[in-house]
Amino acid sequence: MSGGPDRDGPHGLRTVCDLADLPFDQGGHLLVRRALTGLGPGRELAVTGRDPALTVHLAAWCRGQGHQVRPVDGPDGCGAPGRAPGGPVRAVVRRGPDGLDRWARAARAGGPSPDGIVASPDPGWGLAARGALVEEGAPAPGFDLAERDLVWADLAPRLYAHAAAAQWDPATAVPWDAPFDLPPAIEEAVVQVMTYLVENEQAALVVPARLLTRVHPHFREVVQLLAVQAADEARHVEVFTRRALLRRPAMGTSSAGGRASLASLLTEPDFALASFLLSVLGEGSFLNLLAFLDHHAPDPVTRAVARLAHQDEARHVAFGVAHLEHRASADPGLRGRLRGAVERRHDVLRDTAGLNQDVLDALVVLAAGSWEPAAVGRGHRRVQRLLADMDQGRQRRLVRLGFPADEAAELSALHTRNFM
Amino acid sequence: MTLLMGAVAYDPKVVTVWTGFRSWLTRRGLPFDFVLYSHYERQAQDLVEGRVHAAWNSPLAWIRCRRLAADRSAHLRPLVMRDTDRGLRSVVAVRADAPYVNLHDLKGGTVAVGAVDSPQATLLPLSLLRAEGLVPGEDVRVRRHDVGVGLHGDHVGGERDAARALLAGEAAAACLLDASHLLFGREGTLPAGSTRILAATAPYDHCVMAVNDAAPASLTDRFGDLLLGMDPADPEVRGLFDLEGLNAWLPGRTKGFTALEAAVEETGFYDAAGRVTAEDYRP
Repeated sequence: MSGGPDRDGPHGLRTVCDLADLPFDQGGHLLVRRALTGLGPGRELAVTGRDPALTVHLAAWCRGQGHQVRPVDGPDGCGAPGRAPGGPVRAVVRRGPDGLDRWARAARAGGPSPDGIVASPDPGWGLAARGALVEEGAPAPGFDLAERDLVWADLAPRLYAHAAAAQWDPATAVPWDAPFDLPPAIEEAVVQVMTYLVENEQAALVVPARLLTRVHPHFREVVQLLAVQAADEARHVEVFTRRALLRRPAMGTSSAGGRASLASLLTEPDFALASFLLSVLGEGSFLNLLAFLDHHAPDPVTRAVARLAHQDEARHVAFGVAHLEHRASADPGLRGRLRGAVERRHDVLRDTAGLNQDVLDALVVLAAGSWEPAAVGRGHRRVQRLLADMDQGRQRRLVRLGFPADEAAELSALHTRNFM
Repeated sequence: MTLLMGAVAYDPKVVTVWTGFRSWLTRRGLPFDFVLYSHYERQAQDLVEGRVHAAWNSPLAWIRCRRLAADRSAHLRPLVMRDTDRGLRSVVAVRADAPYVNLHDLKGGTVAVGAVDSPQATLLPLSLLRAEGLVPGEDVRVRRHDVGVGLHGDHVGGERDAARALLAGEAAAACLLDASHLLFGREGTLPAGSTRILAATAPYDHCVMAVNDAAPASLTDRFGDLLLGMDPADPEVRGLFDLEGLNAWLPGRTKGFTALEAAVEETGFYDAAGRVTAEDYRP
């Protein structure tokens, strides 16, 4: 395009757009649109070019866009054209208001970086990129988690970057072909623990996946983080299943009490309470469990899958704690609601076993390494130590969220026997 | 009284468009409703016979309405039209490597056109040929593409088929709306550089909102004023404009229908009293 002025026009200086040999229907319209964008309504643009269909196509396009066009080709294509550096002027376009009305009331959807996040994004911004210039008028998709304080943590962008960089490939990150041979009872215990882990991870997948569909995309780092969290859990489900079936064709048992406990996680609609129950208390307890499995794993595959899952779960816990710290600083009533959530869940689960006894037994056998009485006693003590560690971890995180030590101890004791 | 307007349902979006206009107009105090027709001929009759007060007419429907009205001493007026209804042209396209220099070179060949009742892809370009001394059906064979008969060419399918017939070598030329030739090039129906424009008609006008003067002027005037005042800076209006394909409503005019009147006369598409007299036209 030549954007230079043309002194031959009837109104003095006039901008010229030269399409050279480019046909109008093969991209020529882009050059004309670009040239018109720089002109005010009512200003004229002279168009030159050698495409035989130029004047017909330009007129048809201008009609649709609301620009006036004045061909200077005669009926035989010559007429009395003016001249411009690109050759004879084929047509003169008078710019209409096209685009100006459309964008007259457009507004920026905040700024692209986390600094540009607004407290209450317009529901009508919908799926627009943060920082985009948003035309008014699209229906609002109805994301109900649309307040900064309801979902945000300043740590979210860094955690997302870390999560994206820490993705591992289940096919290569685990030494599936490592040689090992376990006594049948130990292998059975591993299968049972893996079966239990799978159903817990399925709950941990569904909860963030459900939440993320409700978060206003303006808080994109939170959406991204929840998406990676769900993807993490998808991988965990895969590797735990694969370990369970590595030596045997059948999975272990799934107790009604365990599933009842997990089902109570899925019904919590409040973002803060769901984060609290799942990430801070549930996944927090799982950090201890996975570290325990890493330490006492009877084979390299079990050790690898526990260690890989532990890395991911630590990130999930970190976001949950960071979000709740942010939320508690803005909402002094939050701690009372967190306490209520733990108590409600405890009441709901009061009449259930909570934990699959097969799982608890399997953990003892796994930590024992054999059915020798002395070894079983050792295994039992190790599991008791694990339960105490879980309790200590929960209390520590509760204190970090501002609960007094005695209340933290009381609440930790009410946490589900199912761990998650 | 409610102002009742007819529109032809040539596409499902017509429901969205006129439901949106109805909502916009009624919120501004105009009692407005619409009925949908499956083709323009019944809509034309109903406008002239007063069953609807206004009709969103094709140019061909305007001509029929005018003839029907004249026969019954009724009076119609063109209320508004879209800015995009003004200054259309039809083109006669040929393959780029064809030896033709002007329309006379098509003598003895086949010309692909749209539906029998398409002003832009059949009636007007065949009138152009006639003006150049080529009698359709005698000097040139006409290959019609009757898609959406009764919709007066609103369905672009007939033009698309005509363009394909040209590319396939089944016709020496294809008659298309200028915007359709541009569209088919941009979307690839006509590959880049595959065709060229042999001739084009003079500019003409397209759709028009016709109102029957027997309708209460307080309603029809208000209808026209509201439409002309629609501001595309309003996102609701902009959505409707985008769907209906306009940038602004302009006052209606009839001077752009002269060429189509002549084409209707030449072909005997309607008689002077507005009866359908075209052969093979079964909307």
